[in-house]
Amino acid sequence: MNSNEIQYEKHLAFRRKKSRIFRHMCLAASLFGLFFLGCLFYNIFSNGFSYLSLNFISNFPSRFPEKAGILSAISGSIWLMSLTALFSIPIGVAASIYLEEFAPKKAFMKLIEINISNLAGVPSVVYGLLGLAVFVRVFGLGRSILSGAMTMSLLVLPVIIIASREAIKTVPDSLRYAALALGATKWQMVKDHVLPSALPGIMTGIILSLSRAIGETAPLLVVGALGFVAFTPKSPMDAFTVLPIQIFNWASRPQAEFHKLAAAGIIVLLVVLLIMNSIAIYLRYRFQNRNK
Amino acid sequence: METSNRNIIEEHLKKIRSSVKDGIDVDTFPIMISKQLSLYYGDFKAVNEASIPIFPQTVTAVIGPSGCGKSSYLRCFNRMNDYIPGVKIDGSIFLHDQDIYDEDVDPVSLRRKIGMVFQKPNPFPKTIYQNIAWGPKINGMKDHMDDRVQQALEKAALWNEVKDKLHQSGLSLSGGQQQRLCIARTIAMEPEVILMDEPCSALDPISTGRIEDLIFELKKKYSIVIVTHNMQQAARVSDFTVFMYQGDVIEYGPTERIFTRPQKKQTEDYVRGKFG
Repeated sequence: MNSNEIQYEKHLAFRRKKSRIFRHMCLAASLFGLFFLGCLFYNIFSNGFSYLSLNFISNFPSRFPEKAGILSAISGSIWLMSLTALFSIPIGVAASIYLEEFAPKKAFMKLIEINISNLAGVPSVVYGLLGLAVFVRVFGLGRSILSGAMTMSLLVLPVIIIASREAIKTVPDSLRYAALALGATKWQMVKDHVLPSALPGIMTGIILSLSRAIGETAPLLVVGALGFVAFTPKSPMDAFTVLPIQIFNWASRPQAEFHKLAAAGIIVLLVVLLIMNSIAIYLRYRFQNRNK
Repeated sequence: METSNRNIIEEHLKKIRSSVKDGIDVDTFPIMISKQLSLYYGDFKAVNEASIPIFPQTVTAVIGPSGCGKSSYLRCFNRMNDYIPGVKIDGSIFLHDQDIYDEDVDPVSLRRKIGMVFQKPNPFPKTIYQNIAWGPKINGMKDHMDDRVQQALEKAALWNEVKDKLHQSGLSLSGGQQQRLCIARTIAMEPEVILMDEPCSALDPISTGRIEDLIFELKKKYSIVIVTHNMQQAARVSDFTVFMYQGDVIEYGPTERIFTRPQKKQTEDYVRGKFG
């Protein structure tokens, strides 16, 4: 063995060691987050599990913890999310199609793009203030589900637009050219080829942004969601509460029983979020396979 | 207006004919003719005053080294360059006696008459049937769709291979079959001209041979312009050949003459394989 090879062997052992250390550091980093999430789950389940029951889901809030339920918050959240989806999905997807497929590549468009990215980073409470000033006051919609849903739509729109644009960008140009070369108009090209190919990505973006919105509290507090609602909303103009506000309300009371109720509420919210994310994964899987 | 266009075309054709030694032994009126067509990408001139006729029921091959502007030039014939930002076009291309760059020409209806096959097979991620049927459908030709699909696939010499799996994905086919599917998709529109942009460059020799046989069949009905960097292919399939170099049309003429008795030194060097 000459000196070169001895040096090589020594160095190789050292490189291997460095690689091992790096691997363990990365492992530790990924476990770090999981560990605290686990602690959180443990805490919530040990506190809230005893209060989880069918009554908890079907009762209205009450000042007696054993009778209190989360029905008005669940129905408020469903109302709010349905309306938010109704407003934000068509506008968001249409805006992203315009920006990707139709907009001239001019400086003005760049400005719009940068502004949309910035809007995605604006703190949600600012949207709440905007909603209070515009929808509640100027439009005179009051402290209603409609005001809340419109505010939430503003909040999720930039995220939907950005996610949809990314999804549309991944559609290869060869597909567009193929459609155009057959005498398609741009709308026919978008409708039959670009959108179907981009759909999994768009859906994922929509559902993830809506799952973020369902956990939002600050903008709705500002717009005027209530902490105690003893009825289920019947129309978009009704007053409302949502899951995170109900949880916040319970958690801020002095009695320990209400803290357990809050934990139970968090479990319900987590389950709703998990369901939404599973739908996102399922849809992505379905549509991806449909195109093969 | 159309008669005046006709005079312009006659004049222009006369000029091209006189520039070709030994003449062109085709008397028909060209189906397309490009007149001093220039294409710019920003400040860069990619095609410089190109003038060639496309005669009906013939194959015209455009050859030249990479970057000579042949693909850019081909895309001018169905206005596919409209979608590339920063492209500017001067001059005209006539289809019959209509200038396709006139303001009142709709590129959408133009592309129904001038089909295009691309370098890489690009079937839609849909079934074989839908791949063919989509073009006629969006153009409002919805009757007898099953017959249309079958005829297009038969003309593209693909029917026997796919007749039992019309409802499988077009992407499940081999590369050569995918390219023939793309040709079938183009034929289903019953175009007058088919543009092919290096249709065999991504294919193996056997698939290439099949496509070349197909081109030979197709020219009985259609006029074909094919861009290729494969000189043997140009010699095998085409009636006329255009040699381009650095954006200029160096020489145009009957294929046999371009390959045996080129007039220009550059053409001779290229077809003999001295560069490119």
